[in-house]
Amino acid sequence: MEKTSKGHFFKSITRFEQAALVIALLAICIVFSILSSSFMTVLNITNVLRQVSLMVIAGIGMVLLLLLGEIDISVGSLQAAVGIASVTVLNATGSIILALLAALATGVVSGLLNGIIVTKGGVNSFIATLGTMAIIRGIGMVVTKAVSIPVRVPEFAEIGAGQLFGIPVPVIISAALVIFFYFVLNHTIFGRQIYAIGGNSEAAKLAGLPVQKIKLQVFVLAGVLFALSAFILASRLDAGQPIAGQGFEMQVIAAVILGGVSMSGGNGTLSGALLGMLILGVIQNGLVLLNVSSFYHDIVRGAVIILAVYLDERRKKNAAKQLLRSSNK
Amino acid sequence: MEGEFLLEVKGVHKHFPGVHALNGVNFQLRRGEVHALVGENGAGKSTLIKIISGVHNIDNGEYLIEGKPANIRTPHEAIEKGISVIYQELTLIPHMSIAENIFFSHLPNTRGKVNWKEVYEKTRELMSYVGLDENPRTKVGYLPVAKQQLVEIIKALSANAKIIIMDEPTSALSNNEIENLCRIIKELKSKGIGIIYISHKLDEILELSDRITVLRDGQYIDTVETADVTQDKLVSMMVGRELKDMYPRQACEPGEVVLEVKGLTTEKVYDVSFNVRAGEIVGFSGLMGAGRTELARAIIGADKRISGQVIVNGKAVPADATDKALEMGIGYVPEDRKNHGIFAQCCIRKNMTISALKQFKNTVKINRSNETLSVNKMVEDLHIKTPSIEQLISKLSGGNQQKVILARFLMMNGIKVLIIDEPTRGIDVGAKAEIYNILDQLTHQGLAVVMISSEMPEILSMCDRIYVMKKGRVTAEFKRGEATQEKLLSKAI
Ligand SMILES: Nc1ncnc2c1ncn2[C@@H]1O[C@H](COP(=O)(O)OP(=O)(O)OP(=O)(O)O)[C@@H](O)[C@H]1O
Ligand SMILES: [Mg+2]
Repeated sequence: MEKTSKGHFFKSITRFEQAALVIALLAICIVFSILSSSFMTVLNITNVLRQVSLMVIAGIGMVLLLLLGEIDISVGSLQAAVGIASVTVLNATGSIILALLAALATGVVSGLLNGIIVTKGGVNSFIATLGTMAIIRGIGMVVTKAVSIPVRVPEFAEIGAGQLFGIPVPVIISAALVIFFYFVLNHTIFGRQIYAIGGNSEAAKLAGLPVQKIKLQVFVLAGVLFALSAFILASRLDAGQPIAGQGFEMQVIAAVILGGVSMSGGNGTLSGALLGMLILGVIQNGLVLLNVSSFYHDIVRGAVIILAVYLDERRKKNAAKQLLRSSNK
Repeated sequence: MEGEFLLEVKGVHKHFPGVHALNGVNFQLRRGEVHALVGENGAGKSTLIKIISGVHNIDNGEYLIEGKPANIRTPHEAIEKGISVIYQELTLIPHMSIAENIFFSHLPNTRGKVNWKEVYEKTRELMSYVGLDENPRTKVGYLPVAKQQLVEIIKALSANAKIIIMDEPTSALSNNEIENLCRIIKELKSKGIGIIYISHKLDEILELSDRITVLRDGQYIDTVETADVTQDKLVSMMVGRELKDMYPRQACEPGEVVLEVKGLTTEKVYDVSFNVRAGEIVGFSGLMGAGRTELARAIIGADKRISGQVIVNGKAVPADATDKALEMGIGYVPEDRKNHGIFAQCCIRKNMTISALKQFKNTVKINRSNETLSVNKMVEDLHIKTPSIEQLISKLSGGNQQKVILARFLMMNGIKVLIIDEPTRGIDVGAKAEIYNILDQLTHQGLAVVMISSEMPEILSMCDRIYVMKKGRVTAEFKRGEATQEKLLSKAI
């Protein structure tokens, strides 16, 4: 019985969609390895993974928010603010731990700010974070007078560039986080509640779920994840740069949506999002290898965004059709 | 040449994965006939309608219109052939006016310029025909459900429908509104329009229809002349056995006061005080819009309170935290199942356990096998009809969805007060009796039940005490046995 039930059928559609993503990823890899001999090398693949891992850490936060039916586009600005805060603390104290704490604290504060504006103020999260995006970027520019702060603690670079058992540290961190949040989303009460609230927040409220509290918690959690990726980015840049992370929000959001996470909440998986981010990462890497001018990167990125949103719209339409067919009366 | 029947389906089969939804069903509709379709939840009524209206296509069998193959593959083709469906979940566009909603697919125009004068005139004409007294420029979203339904009917008329299908049109209407609808249906009949009418309210069907077709589990049972059947006969055809005790209520000795509401005031509710004891079923009667749903929402803290107190077992229920209310043991089954009850993209299991997840937690993880066990037990106890608990809830028939939402709170260990808003809306007789039985049993275990209902028989026979509400205020309180339909009604209007 189980196998034939419609529930499973629906799941297999999403699975099918992920299969399409896997195929797309493989195809892109094949094309690039034909076009460039340096693509399929251990060095380059490690490199791609290292780059993607930053997007993945922030992307987990974005997935949580999108599943709830919310969004945070201040993530790019936050990359700069966190970098500046942590490098300042690092240079002053020489302690990487304190620098990390400064980074996380910045993430918590920004997450709280966004979360409170959205939950208490009732402001739409796109608009709210559009505002904080400008504010946070502005603060970064003001405190640094738009000048990058170089790192004066050499060990700091190890976080972004270092390896453990031959695997880059950022890759290890992001893999651990993916596994952890996969568990959270699929096997804990918190995960169930996120999906339920994103699917129908009024029903969730009436069913006794603490909707506003969970939204606030997820904004803070996402802020912390964004800060973690920013911390590693600062290490890789070896500086606290006020222009860091420009356009990062669009990358992350596009990749996650490409991976099947719906913008309207309640639908999507972490594994799909991961595939979306890998695809975008590989494309960007391939373009660099092929010496394509960085202006074209923007064009490609823009195209990916439109494609991702188009796919999301199509999914939504199909879902609506399904619902019409199955909805009673 | 015209066939004998406006519409005829013969030996129709429809399969969904794991479900044989229609198993050789026959149905004919004559000109000027009201043909009712009855059956338990999940019997296949809506599925048959969806086949007739082109939403689904048949797997097997024949579908004829006026004696010729229908060839309807999409809803659009059905409309073109003169088939209009009024779904219970209305399909009007809330921010468009009445006139725009009625005519937007076929606006009268001269060379592209819309002739608004004509639109409004025609709308007015049709409105007076169905007895809708509104300005045609009013946005549909501002109208109460009953009036929106009239707009749907006008829309069908303006599209020159020859066949009008109504899927549970009265489940959200008050008695007056139902009477008006009956009047309109009789008029449509006299114009030769064929009407297919689905409802779980058998008295209505007996009054209104000419013939009745009964489905059970996707099977065609019979088509009978309405004049030849009684309600009991119809019920036994539907459920396949005699249904003895519709209302099993055996009042038990009430215990301590569990829920106490003192001077509760919100934007829609004024100074309401009442209490419910363990083991009691307390009913709230009244017309649509009397403020009963708003009262329930204020009790659990979903709506803002202006003043007043809600106390459960001696402790105050916070004004703005539904999760705290749940923790204190208050559950609320909402009236609007589709928008406020279900999580459409989730399966039955996740829908059912969302409020009781703590019970299935070991350390940090949800214990899937315990969860599955409890859900399966509920599915069995409440006779929820589904091939699997992993089925999307939106694929269940309406009545079965309601049972899942009810189970959401019944499965909770600490549940003390259950507020159910229109508990049996859209639910078939058999399932109704089951739900009454369950509520009765639970009160004997000490549950306090608040039952909001517009169905008088249900309130009169199930409740130990009845409050009547009107315009946000309590206007009367009756004990079991004191109340009659007339008394309730006179206090409600
Ligand atoms: N799209 C679908 N996919 C899978 N199963 C479906 C779908 N639509 C309906 N079903 C199943 O088909 C059966 C008949 O459902 P239908 O909605 O026709 O019942 P109904 O007679 O209208 O019931 P109710 O009185 O509760 O409205 C049910 O078991 C239902 O779960
Ligand atoms: Mg139905």
